[in-house]
Amino acid sequence: MALTWKLSSYWDKFWHLANPKVFMGWSSRLLPIIIVMAAFCLSTGLIWGFFFTPDDARQGSTVKIIYLHVPAALVAINGYLLMFIGSLFWLIRRQHVSVLIAKATAPIGMAMTAIALLTGAIWGQPMWGTYWVWDPRLTSFFVLFLFYIGYIVLWSAIEDHDTAADLTSILALVGCGFALLSRYAVLFWSQGLHQGTTVTISDGVQQERISDVFFQPLLLSMAGFCLLFLALLLIGTRTELRARRLKMLELREQML
Amino acid sequence: MMPDLGNYAVEVISAYGLSSIVLGFLIFTSVVRNARVKQRLADAEARKDA
Repeated sequence: MALTWKLSSYWDKFWHLANPKVFMGWSSRLLPIIIVMAAFCLSTGLIWGFFFTPDDARQGSTVKIIYLHVPAALVAINGYLLMFIGSLFWLIRRQHVSVLIAKATAPIGMAMTAIALLTGAIWGQPMWGTYWVWDPRLTSFFVLFLFYIGYIVLWSAIEDHDTAADLTSILALVGCGFALLSRYAVLFWSQGLHQGTTVTISDGVQQERISDVFFQPLLLSMAGFCLLFLALLLIGTRTELRARRLKMLELREQML
Repeated sequence: MMPDLGNYAVEVISAYGLSSIVLGFLIFTSVVRNARVKQRLADAEARKDA
């Protein structure tokens, strides 16, 4: 009974944070801290990875691409999952901030997917002998990129906010399958060139983590990309909230 | 200071260059749009209060 009451109290507090006015308040205080942390982690991780890590025995200096490719792919996939959650909350609770978070996520996710695809193709040419192959993971990642584009286009194509939010939310729910597929395709499709997760290396019998020499800057770079995503997401959501208020005021002006 | 990238210098530098362009464009457009909308909203609020 007490636990249910406590959970319900936390749930209420969570929704209180999603109130537009409250959101603008706490996000303005949090944003500078996240920007500083993102700049620190990103610059340290990338400078460390590019300048101060050795070449890999098999990949040579192309191993340095890992510090861009892996964090960008991580954010691209999890960004779509966030869009899924935001859209779900919109469809269930008609919560405006949640759908605006989903809307603000889309351009960031699209850019991260583009970086993952570009850096992957550039790495693939010397390592696989080709820029592109219709491998399950690469293909599902490309489809994820198309879903991001479709989501953005659909938002801009529909005038009415609630209708646009409904339709884009449904698209986000459908596309979520591809986000999961792009993450787990290598596990259940044995064919394809793309290796499994980069942080652990598997020889089929044993799994071991990649060497600390590469892992430590990679971890910083991943943290930097996640924090950059968070900073851009807060900026984007704040912009969307302001744009919504602006539209309301302009409509009111037109009616007077 | 520049590390020796061997035979893969073009690949590594183009990966970092293209990623910087995409990230730079994303950050620039986010900040500029935020500033524009903020200004337009401030103007609209001022008109409403006037």
